[in-house]
Amino acid sequence: MRRKLTLTLALAVVLAACGGGAEPPASTVPPETSTTSVSTTTTTAPTTTTTVDDGFPVTVAAANGDVTVEERPVAVVSLSPTATEMLFAIGAGDQVVAVDDQSNYPEEAPTTDLSGFTPNVEAIAAFEPDLVVVSFDPGDLVSSLEALGIPVLLQPAAVSLDDVYAQIEQLGAATGNLAEAAALVAEMQSEIDRIVASVPDRDEPLTYYHELDPTFYSVTSSTFIGQVYSLLGLESIADPADTDGFGYPQLSVEYILDQDPDLIFLADTKCCGQSPETVAERPGWSELTAVRSGAVIPLDDDIASRWGPRIVEFLGVVAEAVATLEPVG
Amino acid sequence: MAVSVPRVPLPTRLRVAWLLGAVAFLVAAVALGVAVGPVKLAPGEVFRSLIGLLPGVDGPDGLTDTQTTILYQIRLPRVVLGGLVGAMLAGAGAAYQGVFRNPLADPYLLGVAAGAGLGATLAIIGRAAGLTAEAVPVAAFAGALAAVGLTYLLGRTVGDRTATTLILAGVAVASFFTAAQTFVQQRNADTFREVYAWILGRLGTTGWSEVGTVAPYVVVSGAVLLAHRRMLDVLAVGDEEAATLGVRVGRVRWWVVAAATLGTAAAVAVSGLIGFVGIVVPHTVRLVAGSSYRVVLPLSFLLGAGFLVLADLAARTVLAPSELPIGVITAFFGAPFFVLVLRTSREEI
Repeated sequence: MRRKLTLTLALAVVLAACGGGAEPPASTVPPETSTTSVSTTTTTAPTTTTTVDDGFPVTVAAANGDVTVEERPVAVVSLSPTATEMLFAIGAGDQVVAVDDQSNYPEEAPTTDLSGFTPNVEAIAAFEPDLVVVSFDPGDLVSSLEALGIPVLLQPAAVSLDDVYAQIEQLGAATGNLAEAAALVAEMQSEIDRIVASVPDRDEPLTYYHELDPTFYSVTSSTFIGQVYSLLGLESIADPADTDGFGYPQLSVEYILDQDPDLIFLADTKCCGQSPETVAERPGWSELTAVRSGAVIPLDDDIASRWGPRIVEFLGVVAEAVATLEPVG
Repeated sequence: MAVSVPRVPLPTRLRVAWLLGAVAFLVAAVALGVAVGPVKLAPGEVFRSLIGLLPGVDGPDGLTDTQTTILYQIRLPRVVLGGLVGAMLAGAGAAYQGVFRNPLADPYLLGVAAGAGLGATLAIIGRAAGLTAEAVPVAAFAGALAAVGLTYLLGRTVGDRTATTLILAGVAVASFFTAAQTFVQQRNADTFREVYAWILGRLGTTGWSEVGTVAPYVVVSGAVLLAHRRMLDVLAVGDEEAATLGVRVGRVRWWVVAAATLGTAAAVAVSGLIGFVGIVVPHTVRLVAGSSYRVVLPLSFLLGAGFLVLADLAARTVLAPSELPIGVITAFFGAPFFVLVLRTSREEI
């Protein structure tokens, strides 16, 4: 039982511990103009400052409650690869002083050996941050940092695109880049709409198998990544397998072969060296429709497991794969 | 530590009825394992297809191409692998219990599991540096042998060179390797899922190549262990007593431990760490059929094979089309069954 629990925890962590990079910030609007048309969970607190009105202090509604940031942060620490990608995408990159060891995008992110999985409060505090962003609290991380007077934004793995937009806007508000954040969200939304519109409707939905690792862990349509596939009308073969509603069932290989999905997406190319070639060499897999029709698509593990701005890139790759299949018959 | 396992064994011979019963159990388990799975294949057609393999028998079966692929490339090798691994773990467990006169001894006693775990973890992490998936079983095998080798060296150079010293050396080595494995894994959090999947044990991704890898080790190891079944009976009376009876205790122990370790390492390399088989199967045999190793060893091989085939069947089907780690099954069903056997048996362990 303990092992099962550990596995589940490990899974949750691995799924949460990957994140991506960014569309370029598209706006030079000054941060004070914080009206956006997009729905946002952030609120700008009224300020009584007599000098420059830079919007601070602000209060942001994050997963750990209302977080108040007194001044525009200049020493942000991100322990979440996704948050790192978001911060750089909204032009807050020069405010970031340290990111965790899994934050590998964008390249200029100041990667350190800080761990988002086993975080050490002292090591984080040593960077003297005025804002810390985390996606995972192993127990007392948030409370310990708050006890030191450091504001912490907890931004757990998104379960929907709206969560992604909300997190981007939270980061925008908390770092004084709300306009850029709003612009990024608007751009992501219009790009996603464009991609979705470019994919023709089908009578029979295409099915896919999204591979998380070579032991056949997969995702259902209810997960974040599964919802992104759903935007294009794709259906996960893992849906019937998710008996406990966790969203990430381990499939049996017999079942995958029997389902014969139209598309196979490999989110284990970097972690586990999988490729269309290794898939074709697996016993019994060479007969699969997707293998024979070349519909085995290697993904960037990081993009596929984070919920950052690069999710638009991911959607584009999927749409392209769908477009190369036989036209609707 | 050296609790007396069996009393001086009764002059038990392996009764034909027991042997036939065990073979029947294994055959039934294999038949069930082949016939049932997450994808429904008509058992009659499966049977006809299998019969069709025999020379001289020719006849069409009603399986589609996909179903034939599933049967021969996925399900059959998995059943065979389950049988080989189960036989090896149960047989090695029985041998360890005999050679150490300790009812709690299992195939992982001398550090096989910890060593294999470290090796597999390093290989999984090494993927990023260009290692292929094939490196995992090799590294696990090497790690297992390294850990047991270290245990053996320590056991021979420290203390009084008894079985107890060896067991304690195994405890130290296993702790050390486990610590190293945990450290390496913590430093590479992105490989957690794969490492844990390996540690929980799995026959899932296997094809015939794994069967070919592990079979020679199981055959050789099994032959060596079976050849020592009488020696193990003599060892049961104690090292000194056995020595006065003319048994070269150290040598017998070396051979048995070496064979059991080699076989276990090969099994672990392809299946990960599957617990409990090495304990529950030999003890069930002892309680039911007697404690002479002439009975325990052969029956453990047969029943272990059948037990693991059934456990894997459950792992494949309980949550189908999702899978359960087989280690969960072996303990979840094995433990209550074992308690039942303990309660209904009048034999002492």
